[in-house]
Amino acid sequence: MQPADLSAIDLVAAVRQGDLSAVQCTEAFLNRIQYCNGAINAFLNVDRAGALACAESIDVRRRSGQPLGPLAGLPVAVKDALCTADLPTTAASKMLENFRPPYDAFVVSRLRQADAVIVGKTNMDEFAMGGSNENSAFGPVHNPWDFSRAPGGSSGGSAACVAADMTPVAIGSDTGGSIRQPAGLCGITGLKPTYGRVSRRGLIAFASSLDQIGPMARSAADCALVLETIAGHDPGDSTSLTDAVPRYTSLLEQPLAGVRVGRVPEHFAAGLDPEVAKGVEEAFAVLKAAGATVHDIAMPHAKYGVATYYLVAPCEASSNLARYDGAHYGHRASAKPSSAFESPLIEMYCRSRAEGFGPEVKRRIMLGTYALSSGYYDAYYAKALKVRRLIRQDYLDAFEHVDLIGGPVSATPAFKLGEKTGDPLAMYLVDLYTVSTNLAGVGGISFPCGFTKSGLPIGFQLQAPALGEPLLLRASDRFQRLTDWHLRRPPNLTALCTPKG
Amino acid sequence: MNASTSETQVPFTTIIGLEVHVQLQTLTKLFCGCSTAFGAPPNTQVCPVCLGLPGSLPVMNQRAFRLALKAALALDCNIASFTKWDRKNYFYPDLPKGYQISQFDLPFSMDGTLEVIDPKGTIGPCRVGIVRVHLEEDAGKSMHDETAGSGDTRIDLNRAGTPLCEIVTQPDLRSPQEARLWLNELKLLLVYLGVSDCNMQEGSLRVDANVNLHIPQPDGRIAKTPIVEIKNMNSFRSVERALVYETTRQWGVWQETHAEMGKTPKQTRGWDDPAGVTRAQRHKEESSDYRYFPEPDLVPVTVSSAQQAAVRSEMGEPPVRVRKGLETRWKISAYDADVLVNQGRQLVDYFEELATLIGDGKIASNWLQQDVLRTLNERGGTIEDFPVRPAALAELIARVNAGDFDTSRAREIFSEMLASGRSAADAVLSMGIAVVGDDELVALCRDILAANPKIVADVKGGKEQAAAGLIGHAKKKNPNINPGKVRTICIDLIRAMQ
Amino acid sequence: MAALARLALFDHELATMTSELSNIVGFVSLLEELDTTNVDPLAHPLDAENVFRDDVPSPSLSTAEALQSAPRHDGQYFLVPAVLGESGAA
Repeated sequence: MQPADLSAIDLVAAVRQGDLSAVQCTEAFLNRIQYCNGAINAFLNVDRAGALACAESIDVRRRSGQPLGPLAGLPVAVKDALCTADLPTTAASKMLENFRPPYDAFVVSRLRQADAVIVGKTNMDEFAMGGSNENSAFGPVHNPWDFSRAPGGSSGGSAACVAADMTPVAIGSDTGGSIRQPAGLCGITGLKPTYGRVSRRGLIAFASSLDQIGPMARSAADCALVLETIAGHDPGDSTSLTDAVPRYTSLLEQPLAGVRVGRVPEHFAAGLDPEVAKGVEEAFAVLKAAGATVHDIAMPHAKYGVATYYLVAPCEASSNLARYDGAHYGHRASAKPSSAFESPLIEMYCRSRAEGFGPEVKRRIMLGTYALSSGYYDAYYAKALKVRRLIRQDYLDAFEHVDLIGGPVSATPAFKLGEKTGDPLAMYLVDLYTVSTNLAGVGGISFPCGFTKSGLPIGFQLQAPALGEPLLLRASDRFQRLTDWHLRRPPNLTALCTPKG
Repeated sequence: MNASTSETQVPFTTIIGLEVHVQLQTLTKLFCGCSTAFGAPPNTQVCPVCLGLPGSLPVMNQRAFRLALKAALALDCNIASFTKWDRKNYFYPDLPKGYQISQFDLPFSMDGTLEVIDPKGTIGPCRVGIVRVHLEEDAGKSMHDETAGSGDTRIDLNRAGTPLCEIVTQPDLRSPQEARLWLNELKLLLVYLGVSDCNMQEGSLRVDANVNLHIPQPDGRIAKTPIVEIKNMNSFRSVERALVYETTRQWGVWQETHAEMGKTPKQTRGWDDPAGVTRAQRHKEESSDYRYFPEPDLVPVTVSSAQQAAVRSEMGEPPVRVRKGLETRWKISAYDADVLVNQGRQLVDYFEELATLIGDGKIASNWLQQDVLRTLNERGGTIEDFPVRPAALAELIARVNAGDFDTSRAREIFSEMLASGRSAADAVLSMGIAVVGDDELVALCRDILAANPKIVADVKGGKEQAAAGLIGHAKKKNPNINPGKVRTICIDLIRAMQ
Repeated sequence: MAALARLALFDHELATMTSELSNIVGFVSLLEELDTTNVDPLAHPLDAENVFRDDVPSPSLSTAEALQSAPRHDGQYFLVPAVLGESGAA
């Protein structure tokens, strides 16, 4: 069996038992990356030497009988929004093109401690701002199912990487849907944990009260494996939850009888692609067949989610990105004395930021600056925070009656590259089904529930109350035992990624 | 409101408010574990958090919060049961995150007071209201390179992230002198509490002042000059001098222009200490739109009344109560109490120990002020390191009280004790001082009287002061005599002669 | 607004940005429909409070590490263009 055909769970078992060496494993995936990445551009940086050295040392330790971490030998791709001390960390921005952090993100440390093999950093929308991975300063990512289409964003690189079997699992981040939506468009499984479940230390911040790091893989079970390792309290993150981390992988094998799944009729308004609607309804049917019950519920403030998100997130982002000013790290524009600016210092700030940031980032910084400025704060930011409370209350009310909320993760399947780039507002609406999860701080997972006639994946999303990861994973896992959508592979990829001759 | 004395009649009232920043005396910074020790080489006390590196997150220093709470309680503030943190957004190279974590609309304490009573009595009691005390992080240091043509500013981020308490007063001060005295009292209070060492030279206390004039008009209205903020004062003396200058300057401007407070934004002027003037600073554009919003990386803090009580109970006495206590318990003057208290808690402890041992506050106070403090000032060092401990000094004083030697002799012995580390008794021995016994003294006196019939005659004739002439002779015979005793004995002997 | 955000916008960008932003602002004004008079803002999704750390030193970076990504430095300090006038806001 090829390592690329194995699930992450089976792969780590194989390495532990000695059926497969870490080096064999790593090499197999590195080779796939070598052949596929040119067409897909999922990776911004591949660390072949580092990965093989790490794998080698794992094999040495295994041979000498030393204990190995739970992810020993598992190749992992990490979104370039997480700091890695040994590799550049760019957030897909010219601003940080050559930036090397002097430290690892908490999640990265956890992965290393678990003996995972970090093979490289994945492409993303710049500073996590986008829904298509077209906002990267280093070229867009192509959807492995159809190279002319976007993989979704902002964790487009991580999603495409897993969809093309370039690694079995990847780490993404989700602020308004950036794990779940690309997972949906790429036919893989992606989990955004409850806010605070995974430490944000070392994650280049976009919107601090919304950001979460999460696993992306072929299955819910594989996501569970990774989540066990990366979740947990971090005293270095004041917003990190202290609740104990369950052994998610041991909680999967439970039937769904008695689980109540909510369905929001408002989700099925005009604008939802009919094939997606059909796929989603079929998913509800599968859950019913598995023993769950489906109930219509109201989420009266759902339609205000995008507007709320596009105030809260840019406001926090405009402040989080103020540190990128060319003073202490990152890109600094070369000095060109000009009377257009009040002082050489102001010139440095303005030109460095103008050169370092792409248009979407600038848009959001401007919007956020505006919405926080005196005279506008109450009407915009403060108002958005109030609506946020109403949105969270919708969830609290809904979860009185249901255990999970199901529905679409994206209104359409993967759209063509360039299709939405002319209209920022159109791009914002791709987040329609996902932003409220972050605003409320609860967890959500998306996985494939079907394919369109043209062979594009259709994603289904489940949301749970805070700390509801066990139920999310278990319901998704049961779905994936009853269906095989998640095992499908992009058809044209095999030819591309097999070595010639 | 407050009485302010002025030497000449001036047709206006000076209105002064102060904004004080004190660095809290913690080992580490407010949001990270970097050291806050003063004087380290540049950029050696920094980490991803205080450097504002991508992905870094703040975690609040509990001791910093407790110290801030202590300060606020000592300043009689109301403590908020719920407080939160806010971002103050602006761009400056000593602020690596591009925002300062501070407190905006829900500071942890508000509405306190600190009263100053001038022990010299030159200024009446001055009760200054405190608007708020809040906690925030400090910025780094930027140093403009003076070398010609270099065009660079150097940034040291060691100080970035140090915990600061910002204390804002009501405009209740009415003279530059009051301001200086109030600052002294604040410093003393915070040092006593162990909150800060308030060392302006090291930058652990910084002051900005807001000042304007209220000028009564003939029609009964009060005209107010525009408020000026004064920065860059490096000592309490500078604060006083700057305020004196500024008051005069504003009065001059008023007489020329009659410009009143109103439309223009607050002017900022920097104090130039060598030149002794304030200068207008370049108007900062958009300096007022900090776009405050709640800090999403920190959670709010709640303070229960039980917690307040706990902090209060470990607080120790503030200087105002220590002074009062010394005056009442030891019957010393307000002036003396003030001198002692101003030297710090350790000296007060020394004093109290000494006073207890000898049973007399006034004598203890005198010895401390005249001898101990004088020596400390000359030689440097602290009272904790002072070689003569209260017990040893008490022993010396006891012997003076017993009449073994007079105070000038005692001083010599004191110097010997300081130099050699000996006890009073050992010092006396090593100096060859022997107390002259009473019988010996009487015999000696008889000898002197016999040898000085003229003086005897004078004293008999009513001129008792002539007895002083006998002391010199007595000393020549035996340097260890107690002059006072000799005088008394001689006079008694003379009286007995008839 | 660009000045407040320290973003230099080129002339051609300015026009596009202005119209894009007004569209977005128009869109988010949707929230005005809602009556939120008696609603408190929700700044944190968590209900957590009182998260602290002890006043215990932890290792700092070396100066070399601190300066490793600095665009300009002299081995000891970060270097930035001269700041005209006095220091920034208190």
